[in-house]
Amino acid sequence: MELWYTEQHTENVRFSIKIKEQLLSAQSEFQKIDVFDSPEFGRFLTLDGLVMLTEKDEFIYHDMIVHVPMAVNPAIKNVLVIGAGDGGTARELTRYDSIRSIDLVEIDKMVVDVSMQYLPGTAGKLTDPRVRLYFEDGLKFVRSKVDEYDLIIVDSTDPFGPGEGLFTKEFYGNCHKALRENGILVNQHESPYYDSYAKSMQAAHLKIRAFFPVCSVYQAHIPTYPSGHWLFGFASKKFHPLADLRADEWNALGLYTRYYNTDLHKGCFALPTYVKKLLENQNGK
Amino acid sequence: MNRLSQSNAPIYEALLEYRQKRIVPFDVPGHKQGRGNPELTDFLGRQCLSVDVNSMKPLDNLCHPVGVIRDAAGLAAGAFCASHAFFMVNGTSSAVQAMVMSTLKEGEKIILPRNVHKSVIGALILSGAHPVYVNPGLDKRLGIPLGMSAADVQKAIGENPDAKAVFLNNPTYYGICSDIQKITKLAHEAGMLVLADEAHGTHFYFGENMPLAAMRAGCDMASVSMHKTGGSLTQSSLLLLGPNVNPDHVRQTINLTQTTSGSYLLMASLDISRRSLALRGKEIFARVSSLAEYARGEINRIGGYYAFSKELVNGDNIFDFDATKLSVHTLDLGLAGIEVYDILRDDYGIQIEFGDIGNFLAIISVGDRALEIERLVSSLSEIRRLQSKDPTGMFDHEYIPPRVELPPKQAFYAAQRSVPIGESENKICGEFVMAYPPGIPILAPGERITGEILRYIAYAKEKGCFLTGTEDLKIENIKVLEA
Repeated sequence: MELWYTEQHTENVRFSIKIKEQLLSAQSEFQKIDVFDSPEFGRFLTLDGLVMLTEKDEFIYHDMIVHVPMAVNPAIKNVLVIGAGDGGTARELTRYDSIRSIDLVEIDKMVVDVSMQYLPGTAGKLTDPRVRLYFEDGLKFVRSKVDEYDLIIVDSTDPFGPGEGLFTKEFYGNCHKALRENGILVNQHESPYYDSYAKSMQAAHLKIRAFFPVCSVYQAHIPTYPSGHWLFGFASKKFHPLADLRADEWNALGLYTRYYNTDLHKGCFALPTYVKKLLENQNGK
Repeated sequence: MNRLSQSNAPIYEALLEYRQKRIVPFDVPGHKQGRGNPELTDFLGRQCLSVDVNSMKPLDNLCHPVGVIRDAAGLAAGAFCASHAFFMVNGTSSAVQAMVMSTLKEGEKIILPRNVHKSVIGALILSGAHPVYVNPGLDKRLGIPLGMSAADVQKAIGENPDAKAVFLNNPTYYGICSDIQKITKLAHEAGMLVLADEAHGTHFYFGENMPLAAMRAGCDMASVSMHKTGGSLTQSSLLLLGPNVNPDHVRQTINLTQTTSGSYLLMASLDISRRSLALRGKEIFARVSSLAEYARGEINRIGGYYAFSKELVNGDNIFDFDATKLSVHTLDLGLAGIEVYDILRDDYGIQIEFGDIGNFLAIISVGDRALEIERLVSSLSEIRRLQSKDPTGMFDHEYIPPRVELPPKQAFYAAQRSVPIGESENKICGEFVMAYPPGIPILAPGERITGEILRYIAYAKEKGCFLTGTEDLKIENIKVLEA
């Protein structure tokens, strides 16, 4: 007998992972949460039937969502992370001694509980004293914040389901307000490849650009996400992601990262032509 | 048949059986369970098209209900504390018309507030009844019309002892309720019937701590928009009768204008929604109330907005307030309600029920989730941060008492001519002008057009209210009576 986890990447495309065993299947107030063990990717977490992270490739995503902004402004002290109940983003942030506080806002407490229990390698640093956990709606949390953060990382699910509010104009506007004058906003920016994801990506980019003078997109290869080609948004009030890169300063920290390095930093903002076109083409819309 | 309970849904059950039997249709509709119109079937779904059927013996007949429709209506009557209920498939407008037309004949009087829905005045044109308007009063700060004070109704009854009926909104679009119990008592003592427009009051029958529902207050007839807050399909509605009204006469009146091809999709949606409300209405509306309460608190915390509620209650023309309505006053931000309404739609992808000069109204209902409430609140917070202006000079208007020169029917059928709206002052209006929503006429046939009304129309137009009602779709010309 063979057990396979299959995810519908589009209506016409499926992606399958052979399963050793299913470790958990639970329904929270917000979504269905499953944890599997697999020979190829190790343990992996899915929400509403979509892979959030696998033990084998999560380092790519978490490296790229954290170290890119940190290398542009290594002086970041106060960070807000929205979503990311799995703890991977917080784990990377806690590696910086200079960071004083990490507010992590996750709407679904069960995601944190499940990750602590089944994915300790990812969630292990959620107990760091600088990490404060808030179990509430990210949109609501950020509404009351003014000039409080140097960095906001939006590590959300896709914009259908509980993550929907994190792809809206009202959310980005409130983030702008919550950031200090040197603030940076990094968000998981969907994929350019399949149509439905590309549309979310375009819409998000357009909305962010309305608030931030600097607004770029960078990419990474994440094997278990639809098409494998994933984008992140880098928006800021002041810093340019390349012109203001502090490569020497960051390298002097001596952090070992399996995916990220400062050469890759320079390259990851270079986008394929069709992606550039997708980002430009929405001007008129 | 006597064993039916609120957990039954007779029309729905009959449709399921019809579908199971795989009946061969040699009757209308011609799409034949969807096969004849693949594009439509693809769009709406086979399940839907397969029960878009016509009346037949096992499915009963809306115009002459003796089977499952009668049973379903009986259950609806039970759920709504009524003696009798009709399923209506042409909106609550048709229910309102049936109330007025089955109660009043040509030339008979009806006592009503002026802030009624257009369909009420439409029914006056159809029936030839004469309106006696009671000033609903106006909240000076909010600029919204209120309920009728019982004392004013008493006065109107005293001055018009020959009136046949009193009509009231329970609640108004904004959620404001009159003292329905006292007004009903006064009307009944004077031998008049009480008709209630409960287009926005479905939930009063099921939720806890709600304003008093018309049937419980002893009203004689009530029109209930199940589709507004009860979850049924758009255009489906209920007409409820109390014990003193002859249902057979009302049915005959309904049949004057009702389609003979009543939609089973609409009727099934009423049946299923009634079942759901009867079985789970208490929990559903407890959730709705708490969402509305939460939203109100958060919106008031933003500053600049005033999401009003029961604190307005004054025991008189605001006898009670429907706290599930999220009505928000915006003028202190320097923005008209209609402007916030437009910004929410265009910039934030949020569709609100309506905006007027000073307020907007969001409907919170059975289908809402916390997620969307957070989006609304955060968007409002952003609109305040980015778009608020100096509030001085915002329009502040008084209730404009209508000057009724002719009964609506007489004016509607009188010789008329079209004039540019700016030149219509002091003429008698021949048609309706209203902002939709809410669809409450600013002018109705037979009313004197005053300078004050024209200024109000111009301001509403400037702020982007969607004005409707005139023959001229651009609302540049208006029909007035020949002098």
